[in-house]
Amino acid sequence: MNTPVTTKGFPLPSSLKVVAGTEAAQAAYPYYMQFSKEDDERFWFYNSMHFPEPMCAFDMVTAEAAYCALGSSNTRIHCLPTTLGIDCRIINGRVYIGGNAVTDPAEIARRTQEFQRRAFYYYANWERLFAQWKDKMAALIQDAEALPKLEIPEFEPLEHVHAGRGIASNHYILETYQRTLEGYFRMWHHHFEFLLLGYGAYLTFFDFCKKAFPEISDQTVARMVAGIEAEIFRPDDELRRLAKCAIELGVDGQFREGRSPNEVIRSLEQLGEPGLAWLKELAVSRNPWFNINVGDGFYHYHRSWNDDLSMPFAALPGYIANAKRGERLERHTDKLMEERKQLIADYRDLLETDEDRAAYDQMIELAHRVFPYVEGHKFYCEHWYTNLFFNKIREFGALLSQHGFFPDAEDVFQLTHYELEAAIVDLMTSWSNGSVPRGPSRWPAIVKERKAAIAEWARHETPPALGPVPDIIDDPAIVMLWGITRENLDTWLSAGEQKDSNEIRGFAASHGVVEGVARVVKSADEIDRLRHGDILVCQVTNPSWAPVFQKIAAAVSDIGGSMSHAAIVAREYGLPAVVGTGTATQKIKDGQRIRVDGGRGVVTLLG
Amino acid sequence: MPSSEIIGWFADIGLSDRPTVGGKGGSLGELTRASIPVPPGFVVRTAAFERFLSALEQEEAIRSKVEALGSHELEKITALSGHLRSRVESAPLPDELNAELLAAHAELCGADRDRPLAVRSSATTEDAADASFAGLQDTYLWTMGGQAMLKYVRSCWASLYSVPSIAYRRKQGLPESGVAMAVVVQRMVNARKAGVMFTRSPLTGDRSVVTIEGAWGLGSAVVSGEVTPDRFVIAKITGEISIREISDKHVQHLPAESGGVTEAETPGDLRKVPCLTDEEIKALRDIARKVERHYGRPQDIEWAIDQSGEILLLQSRPETVWSSKDRAPVAKPADDPLQHVMKIFGGRR
Repeated sequence: MNTPVTTKGFPLPSSLKVVAGTEAAQAAYPYYMQFSKEDDERFWFYNSMHFPEPMCAFDMVTAEAAYCALGSSNTRIHCLPTTLGIDCRIINGRVYIGGNAVTDPAEIARRTQEFQRRAFYYYANWERLFAQWKDKMAALIQDAEALPKLEIPEFEPLEHVHAGRGIASNHYILETYQRTLEGYFRMWHHHFEFLLLGYGAYLTFFDFCKKAFPEISDQTVARMVAGIEAEIFRPDDELRRLAKCAIELGVDGQFREGRSPNEVIRSLEQLGEPGLAWLKELAVSRNPWFNINVGDGFYHYHRSWNDDLSMPFAALPGYIANAKRGERLERHTDKLMEERKQLIADYRDLLETDEDRAAYDQMIELAHRVFPYVEGHKFYCEHWYTNLFFNKIREFGALLSQHGFFPDAEDVFQLTHYELEAAIVDLMTSWSNGSVPRGPSRWPAIVKERKAAIAEWARHETPPALGPVPDIIDDPAIVMLWGITRENLDTWLSAGEQKDSNEIRGFAASHGVVEGVARVVKSADEIDRLRHGDILVCQVTNPSWAPVFQKIAAAVSDIGGSMSHAAIVAREYGLPAVVGTGTATQKIKDGQRIRVDGGRGVVTLLG
Repeated sequence: MPSSEIIGWFADIGLSDRPTVGGKGGSLGELTRASIPVPPGFVVRTAAFERFLSALEQEEAIRSKVEALGSHELEKITALSGHLRSRVESAPLPDELNAELLAAHAELCGADRDRPLAVRSSATTEDAADASFAGLQDTYLWTMGGQAMLKYVRSCWASLYSVPSIAYRRKQGLPESGVAMAVVVQRMVNARKAGVMFTRSPLTGDRSVVTIEGAWGLGSAVVSGEVTPDRFVIAKITGEISIREISDKHVQHLPAESGGVTEAETPGDLRKVPCLTDEEIKALRDIARKVERHYGRPQDIEWAIDQSGEILLLQSRPETVWSSKDRAPVAKPADDPLQHVMKIFGGRR
């Protein structure tokens, strides 16, 4: 039944109800993230790009740390003229965000002056500041890796006593937790130090291209700017290297589809010398390049290749087969670089005036200057550091579960970061005074309740946006990071009218048309279900999934823009890809035949 | 036989010969010289028409009669038009001219005297009315034999004396002495599929794409608008095919057995099938780029793919709609290149 739309707008936040039976789990999130009456006045949208699934209580720390850092960069450091930071709320485990626009012309003018003194300095000194950034990140990662192990022995070690340390182990548990958390918040500041400026410079060039060549595809502009040797390609490059090593060492026969990493590793160990030599090469690759996680790093269960070898090992048989067929395994970086240069020159030739060409040269120069950061930061921030962080929290989970706070170490992620600190203080207090901690009688029931709530929330759809629709969206952060424009919102508003459609739309990420069997892969554990020629349908396309691209025919994802690294990898492999569909994993059934038109960004359900 | 005052073989002529071979003829010559495949042929130059007309003028005044007409005297124009057209179509050709045209025909056809040919008028005017004039000119497809060719060459000449054509010249006050017509005679392509393409987007003017329209059979069905063609958009530089609109191509033009063109229903299994493969789309793009580069400006091209799969161009002319627009630069260079980012960060107001 069609209900006529009388006013343009999304449901008000106050009309969105907490799912019955999950009220206590909802109340666990910090008070400042709960919707309030005043929030009805503002426009909010569901950040399904970064947070496509209900958030565990602990994982909300990512939203908190990220928006805290994004906001301070925009508002206080670079002084973006038309926008302050981004506000964040959570309901039913879903993260809604809203921008704080600056609309007063006098204030915009004042901020513009500041912006040009700050951001322009960054652009002008980009290479130096970026080199400094890499040093800062390296130090931060080193600090995180050096955090002490968590030990509260029955008696303090004698050497501590004789050395007169005078501080007991329980103190270091709390200190380590606080340093872990501090490091994570700090990392997010690093993450945003250049991000908006980088995207902005890229978008400047992108907009120019779209005006000069109205029908140019997003991916062509991306190809003109994309780097060739960004860190984010390295994990995949390492797999190719390992495939080559396996052939050279004559151990390639051990890599067979369907064999688990453990089976392969055991058989290599049994082989003796050549097998051990390969395992040594594996160890070289793993540090640091397997510190890439199978999602975008925003959920604790997006584990890294290092933590779960099934992803890289599933890819190795294919790479080995390719190498044996005589395909060159290294990425053709020279050739890619040459192609990029030619592409830029060819489009330049099509411009109609000298002025256009001069402006084009200026803009692409700037885009190239900033892009290494845009591409490179993810490996260090969302992957490497985030893995370290969640794994450290796991150690706290193990410690607390040993002391009966909850059954499983992973349960720690059902506590907020405040609650976790309280539980740690509970443990350190009881350890110090010899009494029984209170946690074991408190947390198991709560953990169970919250896990049930997450499962329940996942079954409920949530509106894409809330509140009144703004007349224009003039916030460069929201446009750049989420691709949200006034036009998108109109599409969302009318989405209800096309429910029967057998088409799913997303970003056209890599051109080509392919029909085939959809394999809906919800987590990395399932990737070995992919067979040659399948169409990968997943929630996030991520660089760590790159290895599976050698055997699939096309890729479809719920989340991601045409600049996502997976889109770039899809283009390199020449596979059609549609990303950012929002709903592909819900609407497409596993095994269903679908058609992917990567040039138009359309997926058609065939049967 | 070599080219002459009367006959210009494609390989010997180019755009600069436009005054004597017309726009179409000059363009086909230009393409041939640029090694772009066009069906072989020759142009009956304007001198042939003039020689014929001089012979007619010896029997009765023609040009002065036309010039004596007022642009509003429609009845008189109609009467004279009918008379002059029948004269041009039936009066005997000077012997020498007759012989030279038939010799060129024989050479073009080789062993197969009845090889199918296209006879197309090729106007020499290049004023603003060119586009509408083009519509008044004639194309005769699938003609067979030397006599048929002569007949249609005369029909092309006669079109200069059609009512709208005379009326237009009278309205513009154009002197009749400058009126002449060249005629293209070329081998017919037995097209399996054919259509048009533009080396920029007709919708947005974007020069980075080639827009291709095509359907089954001869291109006349597409040009005349009798069939909705498939539409493809391909990036000129990267070769990405961004749009494929496959239409229901219910009819196609085919050569008629007795000469000429006939319309036939498209077999059911072809109607909704793309008429071009990706390889063909890419090959067309390559040719389009080559032609555009040769001319140094966007082109509007007629193409055909014959039964053996070879691509041939039937026509290429400068694109006029977008090219005549004055385009302001999208952006100007800035003294401080960083100022460009204010387009993103500075707000829309």
